Amino acid sequence: MNVEAPDQRLSEKPRAEKPAEPAEAEGTRRKRKREGAAWVFLSPWLLGAAVLTLTPMLVSLYLSFTEYDLFTAPEWVGLDNYVHMFTEDPRYWRSAVNTLVYVLVAVPLQLAAALAAALALNSIGRGKGFYRSAFYAPSLLGASMSIALVWRALFNDGGTVDDLLSSFGVNMGGWVNQPGWALLVVALLTIWQFGAPMVIFLAGLQQIPGELYEAAEVDGAGRLRRFRSVTLPMLSPVLFFNLVLQTIQAFQVFTPAFTVSGGRGGPADSTLFYTLYLYDRGFTASHMGYASAMAWVLLVVIGIVTALLFRSSRSWVFYNDKG
Amino acid sequence: MAQVAYNKAARVFGGTPPVRAVDGLDLTVDDGEFLVLVGPSGSGKSTALRMLAGLEEIDEGGVQIGDVDVTTMPPKSRDIAMVFQSYALYPHMTVAENMGFALKLRRIHKQEVRRRVEEAAELLDLTSYLDRKPKALSGGQRQRVAMGRAIVREPSVFLMDEPLSNLDAKLRVETRANIASLQRRLGTTTIYVTHDQVEAMTMGHRVAVLADGVLQQCETPRELYERPANAFVAGFIGSPAMNLRTVPLTPEGAELDEVSIPVPRAVTSGRSDDSEITIGIRPESLHLVSSEEGSLPLQVELVEELGADCLIHGRTLTSTNRDPLIIRGDGRTPPTPGETVNVAVRDLEEIHLFDAGSGERLAS
Ligand SMILES: Nc1ncnc2c1ncn2[C@@H]1O[C@H](COP(=O)(O)OP(=O)(O)OP(=O)(O)O)[C@@H](O)[C@H]1O
Ligand SMILES: [Mg+2]
Repeated sequence: MNVEAPDQRLSEKPRAEKPAEPAEAEGTRRKRKREGAAWVFLSPWLLGAAVLTLTPMLVSLYLSFTEYDLFTAPEWVGLDNYVHMFTEDPRYWRSAVNTLVYVLVAVPLQLAAALAAALALNSIGRGKGFYRSAFYAPSLLGASMSIALVWRALFNDGGTVDDLLSSFGVNMGGWVNQPGWALLVVALLTIWQFGAPMVIFLAGLQQIPGELYEAAEVDGAGRLRRFRSVTLPMLSPVLFFNLVLQTIQAFQVFTPAFTVSGGRGGPADSTLFYTLYLYDRGFTASHMGYASAMAWVLLVVIGIVTALLFRSSRSWVFYNDKG
Repeated sequence: MAQVAYNKAARVFGGTPPVRAVDGLDLTVDDGEFLVLVGPSGSGKSTALRMLAGLEEIDEGGVQIGDVDVTTMPPKSRDIAMVFQSYALYPHMTVAENMGFALKLRRIHKQEVRRRVEEAAELLDLTSYLDRKPKALSGGQRQRVAMGRAIVREPSVFLMDEPLSNLDAKLRVETRANIASLQRRLGTTTIYVTHDQVEAMTMGHRVAVLADGVLQQCETPRELYERPANAFVAGFIGSPAMNLRTVPLTPEGAELDEVSIPVPRAVTSGRSDDSEITIGIRPESLHLVSSEEGSLPLQVELVEELGADCLIHGRTLTSTNRDPLIIRGDGRTPPTPGETVNVAVRDLEEIHLFDAGSGERLAS
């Protein structure tokens, strides 16, 4: 890794390497003017972000230190919510572990599926557009309830999969009803929504120069080796982007668990995800202060995980910003 | 090290109509020879090279390396190394890793890989860059890494596809000489593709000229220059290009505007009186004379001064030809544009004659 250090530094300052403007002062003035224009164009979005995101966030930060049932005025309780969460609420920990397991299972599988589909699409000539849409479709449908309902029909007690297995003499009962399997089923349900990362992978694959593969082929690299030594490193920035995005999304998984378990996180809390429990505390049990505290813990955890991912990326993500 | 042979090899790209990118190529490259493939853009040079590398299918005929028919073999079994136009260096690997990659894949011992990489780096003046990534190198250094990657393999054939086209003019001339001397030192059979005829003439032991996928001539640079096999080669080889004119043939000879250029009997015999002939005169075969006797009066349009020489572009007063006649003149006494000068052929032996229809070289 020592060897890579100087390069790393090089790769981090591509902007500084742009040809220096001949008239320095003239250059900065023009730059400032351009920046001004950028702020003007950004302003609607910034305004929206301030009103619609930042304000509620700050309010929720305040609420996380209160007891608030939505109807009476919030009552300051200090760190009580946080203390309760970490020390006295086993369901909280259940939901945290469920979510972590989900992230660890669903994200790698989803990315692998997305990459596999992208590789397949990249290698076919004809009908690319059709297949691309076909693979993307579940991502669009998946967000809606319908696909979850279909999954329920498939995996429930007396569902299609159960029927099929029974006919082979395997009697499992409903898959979604078994605490051991339910989480896996939910994870599987979401893997099919690999459309977005797939499209990004596909774009990344199309950026890899063909001559690199030819050079590797002449050098004696077989298919697998070319994948390992050309595709993966060249794709690593895209892979990293997808990994961060999917991880953040997975931590906030809600819809599939909600639809599969009818919003209760059952059976036996096995699909009680963090956001589901948060929703339950906030809107069903009317502990808005507690829910706010949960939201803030989630935010911090996602922040830490993302930071760790960025830290790790230095050793495996390769940016080819020049040449 | 090995001999290389194309045996009536062809590559046909599908489509309507199908493109015969390389058509019936018959060519033998001797062991240790530096052969340059040259031709205009789209003439099939890259395709021919890639067929030998195994990166392009061979639709008809075959190719042979050494005694082995490699027509259907994958690239890695052909014992060739290729230098790509874009260099195709692995951007995430260091220079040393780039150069050693093929050896590593062949499970050669680490120390041996290191030794060979260092040896090649020494040869190419890359020793202090071994731990850098390609993006931290200049264009010339990258080009040398690409060469190094080919050298460490110690293959039986080097294939190079326009390896200098991304370098600036000065570096290109320097690198051209380096590659030629390196090849001589290593003695490895080399096929080198370029569209630059100066590169072709200066580097190759022999030069193969391609046009529309068809081999026109494969000869030593001198022979190509002195005895081009047809009008295409005549016009392609040499800079500035040979003056080519299709003119009427009379019993006195070829009628180039006002002057008759005598044509050997062997050429005129058997041709009808009103037939035409293509004559070719190199700019350096023409010179300015003082007497009007037997010379061609020419109105000077443009003078390109090159220092030692000057290139005089001019038109005869009666000329209907679009292209001006180009004469290589003395750089110290250039004519001025607008002036009328008298031009004569230095030596009738230096005139090339081609069939007006087929373009084939006539007689000697
Ligand atoms: N993959 C392909 N599919 C269809 N036609 C092709 C393909 N590759 C090359 N051709 C055609 O084959 C002909 C020869 O191409 P080639 O690349 O060998 O030319 P070249 O001599 O290397 O030209 P250049 O000097 O521009 O590199 C061209 O007419 C080109 O359009
Ligand atoms: Mg080419």
